[in-house]
Amino acid sequence: MSCGNNCGDNKSSRRSFLASMATGAAGATAGLTLAPGITLFSPAQARSKGEAASSKVRWGMLVDASKCDDGCTACVDACATENGWQGHGNPATDAQWIRKVKVTDPAKGTSQTLPMMCQHCEEPPCVDVCPTGASMKRADGIVLVDKHSCIGCRYCMMACPYQARSFVHESVTDQRTHAPRGKGTVESCTFCVHRVDEGRQPACVEACGGTKRGALVFGDLNDPDSEISGKVAQYPSQAIRSDLGLKPGVRYMGLDT
Amino acid sequence: MTLRTIVSSVFALLIVAALASPLLAAGSVPVPEPAKGKGEQCVADSQFMRKNHPSLLNHQRDDTLRQGIRGNEFSLKGCIACHAVQGADAKPVTYEDPKHFCRTCHTYVAVKLDCFECHASTPEKDRRAGDLPKEHPPTNAISTWRNPVSQNCQGG
Repeated sequence: MSCGNNCGDNKSSRRSFLASMATGAAGATAGLTLAPGITLFSPAQARSKGEAASSKVRWGMLVDASKCDDGCTACVDACATENGWQGHGNPATDAQWIRKVKVTDPAKGTSQTLPMMCQHCEEPPCVDVCPTGASMKRADGIVLVDKHSCIGCRYCMMACPYQARSFVHESVTDQRTHAPRGKGTVESCTFCVHRVDEGRQPACVEACGGTKRGALVFGDLNDPDSEISGKVAQYPSQAIRSDLGLKPGVRYMGLDT
Repeated sequence: MTLRTIVSSVFALLIVAALASPLLAAGSVPVPEPAKGKGEQCVADSQFMRKNHPSLLNHQRDDTLRQGIRGNEFSLKGCIACHAVQGADAKPVTYEDPKHFCRTCHTYVAVKLDCFECHASTPEKDRRAGDLPKEHPPTNAISTWRNPVSQNCQGG
């Protein structure tokens, strides 16, 4: 596969990159310079104790499909471990917060894989249809299920065009403390909200970076200095099913279509 | 005092005794003594916590989940961490065990709680040293489901 959208004007991108580093040091973007030109970005500083999530922040993810390899499931495995949703050997009913999907261009015969998970829509249909208010969107754009009020009706699963939500069919024990889950409720990707609130990256992003692919970038779409905003501004990217007008927080680039 | 009076008095006493015996038996149910938590004292006065812990937990859970407010003291995670009761195997007992801190009182007052349908009832650090065992790796990692992506992106 060619380098697609990634072989842009390196000089200008590097200049803006360095500029963003300089502002990032004083601003909300946290960057750790490893070497000249190589900076580790973390999504933001952790909020202080007792501080609520703010609508000034809009968490988002940019998936570079051109860097996502067929056969690699690092993001899926990391999510399952982080959130404790291992399957029961029933693919039809097992919970699946994130999955790899294969997209094929029949004209060219080429195919790509990309991760598909809750797209954290700005206008989430799952929230619209929920009869109890359990399906909800946080101020910073993270869409969650409040399992305290979820009655397991699964309307949200039908409403979601991305098939991102799962219903827990079996009793669950030994849950991760930061990711409670139980039989009879619906669940989906939380953007690893427990990590994000600590100022850390979601587990899938960290795992993808660990494989040196770096196909996933997470950050604040409202912060013009963030890495994700820079990439969204610089490279063409698209929302899946943008025709629905849901304004997802997850965007995809490098799609060979 | 006539014989009839004496007989009726004794009969009345027997009836009273028979009626009172279940009440006396109820008094013999031991008052629970939940295990003491770690540290010097709870996040608030014990009597206050006994009375108000349900509303404190409910209030904080909504703040945390819906508003993203983290780090406040009335968390279920905090209760579980501090009040873990060691079992015979030197590991904290789960809610299945009658000795579990929450269960000691909740059994006594016959109040069912469903926190542990979703939340773990023991501290995580005592349950797993590292990551989850991969007995059941996630299935269907490469999805064969009908998905909107392939339909939308084909040839686009």
